[in-house]
Amino acid sequence: MSFKRVVITGMGALTPVGNDVPTFWSNLVAGVSGAAPITRFDAEKFRTRFACEVKGLDVTNYIPRQEARKMDPFTQYAVIAADEAMKDAGFDADTLDLDKAGVIWGSGIGGLKTFEEEVMNFSENGRTPRFNPFFIPKMIVDSASGVLSIRYGFRGPNFITVSACASATNALIDAFNYIKLGLMNVCISGGSEAAVTIAGVGGFNALKALSERNDSPETASRPYDRDRDGFVLGEGGAALILEELEHAKARGANIYAEMIGAGMSSDAYHITAPHPEGLGAFIVMKNAIENAGIKPEEIDYINTHGTSTPIGDPQEIKAIEKFFGEHAYDLNISSTKSMTGHLLGGAGAIEAAACIMAIKDQVVPPTINHFTDDPEINPRLKLTFNKAEKRRVNIALSNTFGFGGHNASVVFKKYED
Amino acid sequence: MSAIAERVKQIIVEKLGVEESEVTPEANFQNDLGADSLDTVELIMEFEKEFNLSIPDDQAENIGTVGQAVAYLEENVK
Repeated sequence: MSFKRVVITGMGALTPVGNDVPTFWSNLVAGVSGAAPITRFDAEKFRTRFACEVKGLDVTNYIPRQEARKMDPFTQYAVIAADEAMKDAGFDADTLDLDKAGVIWGSGIGGLKTFEEEVMNFSENGRTPRFNPFFIPKMIVDSASGVLSIRYGFRGPNFITVSACASATNALIDAFNYIKLGLMNVCISGGSEAAVTIAGVGGFNALKALSERNDSPETASRPYDRDRDGFVLGEGGAALILEELEHAKARGANIYAEMIGAGMSSDAYHITAPHPEGLGAFIVMKNAIENAGIKPEEIDYINTHGTSTPIGDPQEIKAIEKFFGEHAYDLNISSTKSMTGHLLGGAGAIEAAACIMAIKDQVVPPTINHFTDDPEINPRLKLTFNKAEKRRVNIALSNTFGFGGHNASVVFKKYED
Repeated sequence: MSAIAERVKQIIVEKLGVEESEVTPEANFQNDLGADSLDTVELIMEFEKEFNLSIPDDQAENIGTVGQAVAYLEENVK
């Protein structure tokens, strides 16, 4: 049996820097920060009082109120991004084989806000167990993929991947492999997260994972800068339509790029800290590039995990230098989390979208907020500080790493027949 | 219409997204107003919250229409 080829034929995004793909991408290229004071709850007593929230969103413009109230925000975000991607893909409803169309979505946490509200309600009501019947179906993390399959009538494979901040990348990898194996023709993949909540911010604060630069939210996410002090929590998501190449060609679909490879690895080291020498990061990039059947020198751009944490950023860079050798200094690297913040389980989806747009427009989005060089980071690396860079982007690699030591990377290539 | 009936109607309009004119005494939550079994459970909970009472499960099972809800509440709300 020969493997099928997989292409991207539709995209949708709902992010802290734009509520659709064109806005998201133009703001990334322009270097716009999505960080601002938290509006989702009263954060006055929290150590971190800012985040990268989705802005100007009236969910009822997309989903009727009666449906929306049965969805946690992370599912609402999935629906909004997937609607854009489905429209972009332009399937013919009369001819699409729905039995061979799937949904594989990623989310790291799921319905955190729903969980909080119900438990708080319980504690405030004299601990009388009176839970809303929609509590469990709204909260469970697979509800996003379930809702999407119902919405579009897709009856193929349907599930959620959970690997913390690598979740959406794992979703893309599963979608890629199942299409490659001929088990599906089409898959809505990607991921979403809505963790700018009391427990989300409080929990990450307790881990000392978040930036506490409350006096300057927009400069807080500064990957590779000497004074970085943690990540900025983001929310939102992105949807990608993965499609078997011949299926896409037969219907004359617009092809953004080809997905050519994917890798996975585990640090097998610590539940939250990355391996100090970037061992898992090295292995995942090696696996992805081998799986893509290309040479490391063919990578033009790496969208890094680069969350702006003191210990996380250098280990990935060490792994890049070790794996790519001299080529590490020829390719461009950037962390778009400097602008979007960290969407956790949704990160891999918006960053895959950024890689695909970089290939489409031949431009590398910047790592903004670079003020001071970090002596731990080799200045020969092209980290695309502060300003987007026009260059040839034929092949791009996206890295994501999650608590638990999960590493997942995907490779996209300019589509050629 | 009693004050209780008016409040019941507002809850149903809000939760089920139906028009006020559809909320007639005979209207069945599931057959006429588009509710599924979970919506119905949620409605009962909303009535409990709004009227500050507890509706036992065996009683809740008998509340399937707008009129049955209003009658139960008019009898039991103090």
